[in-house]
Amino acid sequence: MPEIRNYTINFGPQHPAAHGVLRLVLEMDGEVIERADPHVGLLHRGTEKLAEDKPYNHSVPYMDRLDYVSMMCNEHGYVSAIEKLLGVEPPERALYIRTLFDEVTRILNHLMWLGAHGLDIGAMTMFLYCFREREDLMDAYEAVSGARLHSAYYRVGGVYRDLPDAMPRFERKHLKDPSEAKALNRNREGSLIDFLDDFADRFPGLVDEYETLLTDNRIWKQRTVGIGVVAPERALQLGFSGPMLRGSGFEWDLRKKQPYAAYDRVDFDVPVGVNGDSYDRYLVRVEEMRQSARIMKQCCQWLRDNPGPVMVDDHKIAPPPRGEMKADMEALIHHFKLFTEGYCTPVGEVYSAVEAPKGEFGIYIVSDGSNKPYRLKIRAPGFPHLAAMDEMAKGHMLADVVAIIGTMDIVFGEIDR
Amino acid sequence: MNESVTETTQDSPARQRVDALQAALESAFGDTAVGIERFRNELTLELTADRLLDTAARLRDEAPFVFEQLIDVCGVDYAAYGQDEWTTDAASLSGFGRGVERMDLSEPDPDRRFAAVYHLLSIKHNHRLRIRVRLDGEMPRAPSVIAVWNAADWFEREAFDLYGILFEGHPDLRRILTDYGFIGHPFRKDFPLIGQVEMRYDPEKRRVVYQPVSIEKRPNVPRVIRAQAGPGEEPQPPQDAADA
Repeated sequence: MPEIRNYTINFGPQHPAAHGVLRLVLEMDGEVIERADPHVGLLHRGTEKLAEDKPYNHSVPYMDRLDYVSMMCNEHGYVSAIEKLLGVEPPERALYIRTLFDEVTRILNHLMWLGAHGLDIGAMTMFLYCFREREDLMDAYEAVSGARLHSAYYRVGGVYRDLPDAMPRFERKHLKDPSEAKALNRNREGSLIDFLDDFADRFPGLVDEYETLLTDNRIWKQRTVGIGVVAPERALQLGFSGPMLRGSGFEWDLRKKQPYAAYDRVDFDVPVGVNGDSYDRYLVRVEEMRQSARIMKQCCQWLRDNPGPVMVDDHKIAPPPRGEMKADMEALIHHFKLFTEGYCTPVGEVYSAVEAPKGEFGIYIVSDGSNKPYRLKIRAPGFPHLAAMDEMAKGHMLADVVAIIGTMDIVFGEIDR
Repeated sequence: MNESVTETTQDSPARQRVDALQAALESAFGDTAVGIERFRNELTLELTADRLLDTAARLRDEAPFVFEQLIDVCGVDYAAYGQDEWTTDAASLSGFGRGVERMDLSEPDPDRRFAAVYHLLSIKHNHRLRIRVRLDGEMPRAPSVIAVWNAADWFEREAFDLYGILFEGHPDLRRILTDYGFIGHPFRKDFPLIGQVEMRYDPEKRRVVYQPVSIEKRPNVPRVIRAQAGPGEEPQPPQDAADA
């Protein structure tokens, strides 16, 4: 009789379903996973070490490049940690803008997740629909910060600038069929707030469309129900957070439990799963998108009614206005000092966490009183999730590995840092 | 904004939770811990390495704590703590020095140089705690908390990879973030930011070769410590690494 051995196969790092640069070494017994050993670090750039070599405000753009599909939430974690260290509170309008854009970011992230997850396990249409809506939200990113992805919009003490009064429009000369311009620009006639408000109105209907395609779809359920089940006590032990924890039945959301920005002043619900499988996590994330649209609506209303400053008036940490610098010597000196040396923080250490779309994104800063963080540690939500790969994949079929990677919502920018 | 920033409000629920936790920690670990610090409404429990495991198990299981979740484990290298590269506190006859004084980290003091920092979260009581364990030696050792919180697995591998902290009892202490065959622990303060080796294709050998880096590190912005730190803060002199 021939000897029967376990088969070891290599999955990735160049594989379309590996969501970036995941290398998985899988020990197989036939088509069943015996052990999954993820090899990470192929995207390690040493973000934390780089940040330790730069003044505080130089590292904001690095945060965009961590979890590169939920950019502003990473920035939020970073600037809120520095604000906590400095003891600075941004103006209320900045808090609402952050809340609004955190939710824009959450929808961006969940759409990316839904599209990619769908594509991985055979629902190709989802990808196209999700990217249609992502396009609108990235236009909002561009309108507010000038960049579609790496925005660097949140700054210590507030946000870079107020929301623009006009939304960029499609130009006739760039369109194949110029008569389309009017229809394309239908919701871009007003300000950015009008555009996002309109989006929040439209979006629940679009989520209904996604759900018609997936929620009761037999193939979708066959691929996700009972796949990657995580029991509640295991979810705690494994350090899960965000939708991964809520999918296992914990009603735990930092936006509710340890509110930051304006989350204690907006109304929303926290969806919770029951079975802790991929399907429940799908339902949780889809409901989160609806709730995000609800929060966006409330923020738009508040922002319309309450104009005001979006940055603290302390020029030791926030740059003075350009016009002022041209006439005022003190403003010029402030600008020069801020952009050359930065500011020194008090001695101490802080940890600040935000509910990023993937889970708890935390920043731990050790300060020795200098103008650079002495130690910056980024607590990426995806890191403990991927660490549970072995436990979640064990006993499943090879094809389910792709579904499990999908349900974890893995992005290597933040895992490898 | 953050509960912690509004720490001026005396009786916010967040503050009361921290007060309660601090009192419980003091009564439970007052005699065994090195110290309990509170800064910006966050609690830090400093422990010695030999007390870590039993304290961790008690923190997870005992009623006033119930830290079900280990949020994060990270290493810290205190070798350059409190050092600056630019003198700002004294002017000479010719004015302030303009030259950058490079920090000398060729022979760091191994005594209490490293620390392992653990962040805990209790979902039941909605509070957080930080544990700091200072470690001695060039290859510091700490007990692994993987049996108490399974989430420690990859976090400890990362701290080992980046700082060289050996977690005793960890079943699989491999490198995680650095390349296969990497030498050194890159996040140590005596490891240069630009690295030790660079990689290029050698047309003669017809393969990729590693060689010592040919560029020199240039600090774009010197590290500066000013006594008057932060807006609206009391002046706080930089503390020595030992009593931080």
